Amino acid sequence: MRSILFVLAGLMVMGLAFWSYQENYKTRDVISDVRSLHGQIGSNHERLGMLRAEWAYLNRPDRLSDLAELNFERLGLLPLMPNAFGRVDQVIYPIPDVLPIIVPIEVGSTPAPVDGEEAL
Amino acid sequence: MIRTPLRPLARILKAREKGENPDAIEAENIRLRREDVRDKSRMRAEGRLLVMGAMFALAYGAIGVRMGALAGTVPEEPQSTVVGNPIFGQRADIVDRNGRILATNLDTHALYAHPRDMVDPEQTARELAAIFPELKVDQLVRDFTGTRKFVWIRRQLSPEQMQQVHDIGSPGLVFGPREMRLYPNGAIAAHILGGASYGREGVASAEVIGVAGVERKFDEYLRDPANEGAPLELSIDLTIQAAAEEVLAGGMSIMNAKGAASVLMDVHTGEIISMVSLPDFDPNKRPQVLLTGDQSDSPLFNRAVQGVYELGSTFKIFAVAQAMELGLINPETMINTKGPLQWGKFRIRDFHDYGAQLSATDVIVQSSNIGTARIAMQIGAERQQEFLRSLGFMEATPVELQEAPSGAPLLPRNWSELSTMTISYGHGLSSSPLHLATAYSSLLNGGTRVYPTLLHRENRQTGPRIVRAEISERSRDMLRQVVSRGTASFGEVEGYEVGGKTGTADKPKENGGGYYKDKVIATFASVFPANDPQYVLIVTFDEPSENSGSEPRRTAGWTAVPVAAEMIRRVAPLLGLRPQVDRTEPIGVTLTSN
Repeated sequence: MRSILFVLAGLMVMGLAFWSYQENYKTRDVISDVRSLHGQIGSNHERLGMLRAEWAYLNRPDRLSDLAELNFERLGLLPLMPNAFGRVDQVIYPIPDVLPIIVPIEVGSTPAPVDGEEAL
Repeated sequence: MIRTPLRPLARILKAREKGENPDAIEAENIRLRREDVRDKSRMRAEGRLLVMGAMFALAYGAIGVRMGALAGTVPEEPQSTVVGNPIFGQRADIVDRNGRILATNLDTHALYAHPRDMVDPEQTARELAAIFPELKVDQLVRDFTGTRKFVWIRRQLSPEQMQQVHDIGSPGLVFGPREMRLYPNGAIAAHILGGASYGREGVASAEVIGVAGVERKFDEYLRDPANEGAPLELSIDLTIQAAAEEVLAGGMSIMNAKGAASVLMDVHTGEIISMVSLPDFDPNKRPQVLLTGDQSDSPLFNRAVQGVYELGSTFKIFAVAQAMELGLINPETMINTKGPLQWGKFRIRDFHDYGAQLSATDVIVQSSNIGTARIAMQIGAERQQEFLRSLGFMEATPVELQEAPSGAPLLPRNWSELSTMTISYGHGLSSSPLHLATAYSSLLNGGTRVYPTLLHRENRQTGPRIVRAEISERSRDMLRQVVSRGTASFGEVEGYEVGGKTGTADKPKENGGGYYKDKVIATFASVFPANDPQYVLIVTFDEPSENSGSEPRRTAGWTAVPVAAEMIRRVAPLLGLRPQVDRTEPIGVTLTSN
């Protein structure tokens, strides 16, 4: 009877050792995963920060007013003045269809293709 | 196992034949058997001791080996868990009240050199000088061929420049990562943002520190990783700031002024929606601080906060409002305006002669120095000081700028009765346009003190009461009349009920000894809409002169007022204020349903 108990205890120890060994490796895998995810998040943050800075730079008021002036004939944009406020009954209805954009502007903000991946 | 019997029959019989005691045989056998048992148990005990010893040796050996290994290797932080987010190491962004970026970071590279690794130092120096025109070939050659092991070349590189340096291909040129502070809007809000520069610098990284403005004031907050990258939200509105700068710059060139400043403030929250000081600068390329001469000539000088000027007649409303609060006068009280008013050898005159008397309202509307001085004499020096202190004129503004303490007002050393009279119409006390904006907001918002702030706030400030609500209302009625029939008639903006007070003060000579005859500070302090004040706008010009007529006109009514009106016209719609137009018919909307 006692020897059976010994054998069982021995088997249990072996089983636990095997389990903890596996858990240890899984944990390490997860940690390295997390680390690489952090790296990715970091580089994405950098990219995002760069894009935000670029967005802010391209939308700076000086440039927008220059662009509005350059494209005045096409867009007719003026600074917002008090006479821009109207009444509800001055709003036309139904709203006429907006003309389609004929010359779309490409914005190159897609990430660079990874090695071996086809460029889109 | 064969068990030996204790009394083997054969031996017993033999012993009996010989007449020996058979019990001796039994005793002998028992002894042998016991010896046998003893030997076995000793063997087992020895074996156990051996195993135990081996175990101990193994355990201590393992510990010893581990200790040796730990002692012999480089210390390393155990990384069983990943704590914290490494991303928010950067300096936080600064955004306007709508979240538009005013300051952010950009990753770039610094360039340094290890001259010992260079193959051809002179060639490298020549090629570097070709890329960066500000570098001198002789200096670089001296640096590269001397005894130095390490030379900084540039703190920041653009990607194109970095590629060009790469193309030189010298192994002695090394790049280090750098973070750069970027102000994408250029000169807009330059004085508020201030600027940033590098603190402690290393090869792998450098500290970005604020040098002026909010960058300096909130340096610790911006660098604190505990905020997890949360941006600093200012009360400034980028669009309005840009529009205000555009209008003010245009006005400054038309009025031939040396400088200009404007402050737009929410009267209830004390938020500064826009604050402009011209001339300005680009915080991305912050100019050097002037080492000689007058600091106020530098574009770095913030006229709206640091510039203290005698703001002239804009102060008159304070004297009148206080006298009304004290019950000394009401708007219809007639005030003696017969001039000139003699005090010792000092004479107070008016711009025009307004006759023997004017009502208190007309003293403000016509801007009579004599009338205001007489009202101030009724108030007295002590009560006047107390009132101006409650409006914040006795100390520097508490606005969140590093430069704010340097904008402390200049007060008379001895507050005599003459000082009381001159200060009542804005001479003898110098303060900044921001002081004036704060005081007008406090007086006109219903009569409670507000403190100027550059941080975005949702809630109204509930400061101590300055004047009763009805006095605040009477004051704004007076200011409204200044625009509708007084000195600021150019300030009328249809739909916005502008109220305000002009102020034209002669500039004091730098070396003392009186005032310039042809140099003035022209100020227009306005509030709109006057029937329900929302915003206060101060516009100040330094040495303006409007030359379209036969002789130059310098009064605020001709210089600051039209510019302020144009600014309100541009800015009020952006603030979401709808013009109040008299409607003859109700809105023609018919509600239908189907």
